Amino acid sequence: MTRDTSKLHYAETHEWVDVGDDGIATVGISAFAIEQLNDLVYMDLPEIGKQVQAGDEFGEVESVKAVSPLYSPVGGEIVEVHGDLPDNLDQLKDDPYDYGWIVKIKLGDEGLPESLMDLAAYEKQCSEAG
Amino acid sequence: MSLALARTPLDAWHRDAGAKMLEFAGYEMPIQYAAAGGEHGIVAEHGIVAEHQACRTSAALFDVSHMGRLRFDGEGSEDLLDHLLTRRVSDLPVGRVRYSLMCNAQGGVLDDVLVSNLMTPSERRFHLLVVNASNRGKILKWIEPHLQDYPTVTMSDRTELTAMIAVQGPRAVEVCSRLFSFDPKRLKYYRAVITDQFKKPVIVSRTGYTGEDGFELIVRAEEARRVWENLLMAGRDEGFTAAGLGARDTLRMEAGMPLYGHELGETVDPIAAGLGFACDLQGRSFIGDEKLRQIASAGPSQTRIGLLPVGKRPARQGSSVLNRAGRRIGVVTSGGPSPTLGRPIAMAMVDTADAKDAEFQIDVRGKPVAAVPTALPFYKRK
Repeated sequence: MTRDTSKLHYAETHEWVDVGDDGIATVGISAFAIEQLNDLVYMDLPEIGKQVQAGDEFGEVESVKAVSPLYSPVGGEIVEVHGDLPDNLDQLKDDPYDYGWIVKIKLGDEGLPESLMDLAAYEKQCSEAG
Repeated sequence: MSLALARTPLDAWHRDAGAKMLEFAGYEMPIQYAAAGGEHGIVAEHGIVAEHQACRTSAALFDVSHMGRLRFDGEGSEDLLDHLLTRRVSDLPVGRVRYSLMCNAQGGVLDDVLVSNLMTPSERRFHLLVVNASNRGKILKWIEPHLQDYPTVTMSDRTELTAMIAVQGPRAVEVCSRLFSFDPKRLKYYRAVITDQFKKPVIVSRTGYTGEDGFELIVRAEEARRVWENLLMAGRDEGFTAAGLGARDTLRMEAGMPLYGHELGETVDPIAAGLGFACDLQGRSFIGDEKLRQIASAGPSQTRIGLLPVGKRPARQGSSVLNRAGRRIGVVTSGGPSPTLGRPIAMAMVDTADAKDAEFQIDVRGKPVAAVPTALPFYKRK
């Protein structure tokens, strides 16, 4: 499967979301963010079953020089985590949208936040960030 | 007062090479370089780790022009510096470099410095003090009132008139030997000489801050770009690359070298920081000497140690260090991933009473990480 980046939703904080028909949101971080972070060394994942609100910190990703929080772009319950990912951060870099999924969240009643962007809006944000 | 950031003479080169620039000590400095740009001799593989590895396997060039360069001329400059520094300068022969500390009367470290005794081709002798960028203003102010006791000595701040380039790595000496009229292979460790490159003066010093062999060069600001490009060109086939402050930090951490603001500060004494070797306490007087003698005989209350956090999660500066019983006994002063060892490393200041413990814990943002003590440095070149 290859995820179509034009169909994804993006948070200002560089997470992407792919919502399936089953109401499960798959979450990762964008290629732009990974390029900016560079040299990833560590990732901290949440526990399955954790409840998150949109905007909550659910984990961390670290590069050589910096620690960056991962924010949940949606609210709901974490139903799956990509446990192999922290040991394969090189692959996250090579394939951020398929292999690089981080968590799956069962969407809460509020659905997708309106603040999420489409690809065009997100790319505009990235180009303005320089 | 202008708040504009200063730029080094190599600023335009860094920007052309797509460097990520960040503020450091009042300067805009390259943290790391972008990919591509064959014309700039940048390695195709980019980022802090690639730059770090280039330094360990070939050589890397660092723009360290932000470091302060203070020149002392005139009869008695060695006596002034003797009074200010923890190590003797009056017996420093021409062509030698010494690592030293400048302390306040309480024995706290104002700065760590390199002092050189140099002779120009026209046989004028002077001393050069290289200070940390972040401390330059403070050190100038600190020294100023002492100058009146040494009326024949003049101090001049050469920082903005010159540039400083570090070329560090196992291939550095060989490649540099093609560039100077003086054969730098003859220059031993911690020696310095004034020579020339294409008829322009350059101070070549066999010193560095990476744990590798190599040189630090000081040239006139207007010559900086030419010398920098010559070095990159000369080392192109050997894999020379430009490296930013990001790699400079991971390299010095692996080499167990202290950084002011991390392992050193005005509330830290040199003995605790593990720099007792840089304090000549016998038979001389200098600012802070009494206090340092007291600390040396009583033993420092804190000690700098090396730690290997277990697992992959790096512990950063500011994380608490706990003993086995869970009591806070110190703090991580520098920490991060070691590209050479492929694991996190950290330096910490801990209570001396606990410094010999066999295991520690580090509180990494609320999560305990076990850490094993290890001798410094983490990396030593073969």
